Amino acid sequence: MPYQIIVCGGLAPDPLQTLEPVFDPAKPSLKNELMLPAVFDPWAAHALYEAGHLAKQHPGTVVRVVSLAPKAKLQQVMMTVAQKMPFELVALDGPGGGFTDAAAVSAALAEAISAMADLDRSRLLLFGGWESATRGAGVVMQRVAERLGITEQFLAVDELSVDADGSLVIKERIEGGRHQISRCAAPPAMLAWATGNLPEPPNHPQTGMANMRVIMPALQKAKPVALEPAIEYLRTALPAAVRQTRVVKDVPAADIAREIAEWIRQ
Amino acid sequence: MIEDNNGQPQGQALDADIVCTGFGPAVAGFLWTLTQGLQQPEMAGVESKAVPGLPPQIVCYERADDISFGVSGVVTRARAIRASIPDLDPSAIPLAAKVRDEKLIYLLDPLGATRRPAWMRLADQLCRALSGVLGVEHEGLALPWAPEFLHKRDGFIFSLGQFNQWAGQQVMMTGLAQIWPATPVAGPLIEGEEVRGVRLAADGSEVRAALTVVGDGPVGAVGRQLDEHFGMPAGRRRDEWAVGMKMVIDLPEDSALEEGTVWHTIGFPEPEIFGFLYVHPGRVASAGIFVPSWMDSPVRTSYRYLQHFVQHPYLWRNLRGGRLRSWGAKSLLESGRRGEPYLAGDGYARIGECSGSTNVLTGSGVDEAWLTGAQLGEAVLELLRSGKPFTRENLEAGYVARRRASWLERESQVAERARNGFQWGLLPGFVGMALAGLTGGRLALPRRGEDRKPKKLADYYAGRLSRSQIERARQQAEAEARPLHDILMDLCGWPAVEYDGQLLVSHQDALLMGGKVQAPGEFPDHVVFRNPELCLRCEAHLCVEICSGEAIRVSAENPSGVPAFDREKCVHCGACLWNCPVSNIEFCAAPGGLHSAEN
Repeated sequence: MPYQIIVCGGLAPDPLQTLEPVFDPAKPSLKNELMLPAVFDPWAAHALYEAGHLAKQHPGTVVRVVSLAPKAKLQQVMMTVAQKMPFELVALDGPGGGFTDAAAVSAALAEAISAMADLDRSRLLLFGGWESATRGAGVVMQRVAERLGITEQFLAVDELSVDADGSLVIKERIEGGRHQISRCAAPPAMLAWATGNLPEPPNHPQTGMANMRVIMPALQKAKPVALEPAIEYLRTALPAAVRQTRVVKDVPAADIAREIAEWIRQ
Repeated sequence: MIEDNNGQPQGQALDADIVCTGFGPAVAGFLWTLTQGLQQPEMAGVESKAVPGLPPQIVCYERADDISFGVSGVVTRARAIRASIPDLDPSAIPLAAKVRDEKLIYLLDPLGATRRPAWMRLADQLCRALSGVLGVEHEGLALPWAPEFLHKRDGFIFSLGQFNQWAGQQVMMTGLAQIWPATPVAGPLIEGEEVRGVRLAADGSEVRAALTVVGDGPVGAVGRQLDEHFGMPAGRRRDEWAVGMKMVIDLPEDSALEEGTVWHTIGFPEPEIFGFLYVHPGRVASAGIFVPSWMDSPVRTSYRYLQHFVQHPYLWRNLRGGRLRSWGAKSLLESGRRGEPYLAGDGYARIGECSGSTNVLTGSGVDEAWLTGAQLGEAVLELLRSGKPFTRENLEAGYVARRRASWLERESQVAERARNGFQWGLLPGFVGMALAGLTGGRLALPRRGEDRKPKKLADYYAGRLSRSQIERARQQAEAEARPLHDILMDLCGWPAVEYDGQLLVSHQDALLMGGKVQAPGEFPDHVVFRNPELCLRCEAHLCVEICSGEAIRVSAENPSGVPAFDREKCVHCGACLWNCPVSNIEFCAAPGGLHSAEN
């Protein structure tokens, strides 16, 4: 059965960058946010790779990415993401990052999905990240699904397979380091992915070129979205990072390893 | 259709009209000019020959993982950039500022460890004796006069990464060009004497195009292969290089440095090493050094010298307590016009640093690179409009002729012989620069018959270290798998660098905290030692000493003496390529490297 897979995903700063929140109660942001290199949100990226994998197994499946982000940044990031696998893009030109309101973001995404002319709910699989690398509210996908009337919702998904009868077998992470396996008779369903099992596909320039024939026009006509501020921030801070560096000389590697292991144990 | 292991189509040739290699200021200038021009009414009828019915298909492949991951400390007069973008607003570009205060600083040796010639030691003594009169402070003398050719007083300070990112976004927003990051180009497609496109490193697929624009920098794979195939024009050589290494620093609260400050320095950490400090908006500064190929040290290093440079009292009073934001390094081709290759041929044109556009007298390259790109862009618009092919004759008439008639050519001619003196020595080098600069290139010192090369270790350290000291140092370096320069510098009186964990950090921490260096998994090693036998016979392993990321080491686990390469640490500066005395290094195109956008 060919599916319509819609992957919701935004942008996040390149994970190696140093982030500094700049506090403003009305509009908090990251210091020098404009100049930080961005990547496709890693959680949504897992969802995208899984979508691509499923699409290869089910010919005729269409993968669409719906992304809300500043258009120029989105275009820049798409030049890398588009090389991973074939997909179409629905671009929404608006604020990104971790300080947006999850309710407003989900409303914008749901509206964009509802507006798709050829949306076939009987084949619809709504994918996204379980949470986001920007803040991790962890509620956007559920809210999008609710707005679209999709009641079959699965969180922290690590694996999806399709049985011969067309039912979806879904492995979700649950508490205690365990997995829960569910069976969903048929789409529509929402799957908010954890890390999945697939590695990041290597860049493939030919796929990128083919994708750009639809992605470039989509970016050109990206709909501007203004998210109403609905949250008052009282404080912003980075999680405390502990960095302990000690310069040692003439210490065998085994002793260093032992000391690190002991430090972790503590 | 053939598919690879990931089910992706493989083996198809892609067709485009114009393919560019490398996204730096030259290709940015080209794409800016081209995409702006294509939007003009007179270009309305121009369509792609590769994909009829569509606008010209223009693609650019950049090796780095993002178009913002370039490296350069840029202070530029930005004449060409402003000509292309008359309403350029620096406030729209992060880290950009107008130059407000520019000085040339002579740095005395506060440590007594540098290899100063006698005349420079005398200059130090005079400065100290007359410090009150001359205004020497913190072991530095701001020279009251600097030659006009060095000034950038009407220009801008940029982060090249941020400028590239801004320009790339503007280009792509036109929808007329695609810039692909993380897509290294393995080499050109040459058929007969014509360039027909490029071959991508990822899967070997071909991208065929009527015009290949080569702007992949001084160590780019495409440019080097064109040089090998077509040779260099008579009298042209690429034999002068430098490693530029820089830190981007969050200044401490009590720093007195103001936005727009530009310092050029000479004298420290070694007489041959020039330095710079620029102050960006938001209490951020770039500080860096250039280690030239004509420095005759057989253990030349950049990182340790950079650490001593920022600790010079003249700088340290403003930098102490600062924090490393970013770090990076690159090779600079300093042959200038002497290293100019064939600029155009059938199906290709060369722009930017790989085309010999850097002005080695004024120390300016970004604006010149942009200009070459803009000139090619104008020529290509003309050819597209008139429907003429991209032949050597047409490109020479449109692009090369423009270049020859511009200020770039005039100033390149002035600079062409300006650095000849450095092949004789430091003082002749300064005299030669002054002669060439002040006479408009009419007078210059002649070039030596044979270029200055790194000396033998014993010769370089004669009078400072004995042969037995050097031998013991070498044994210690091998036993501890350390670069030799650290041990030798210690022996020569350079103090140990006391890490503060903020600005003064180990080389490996600079890779992580500053450069944020990465290497994707699917590519093979891009630095290969062709003939291990030659490495075994090499005395100094200059590739190990100069490596900007400590990616090349003589490993304790590899007692054969052949260096080992660690791609996870490579910043793709290419210094190993031109430092190898026997050209035994293969330097291939690969993605990865720096992940900092602030350099």
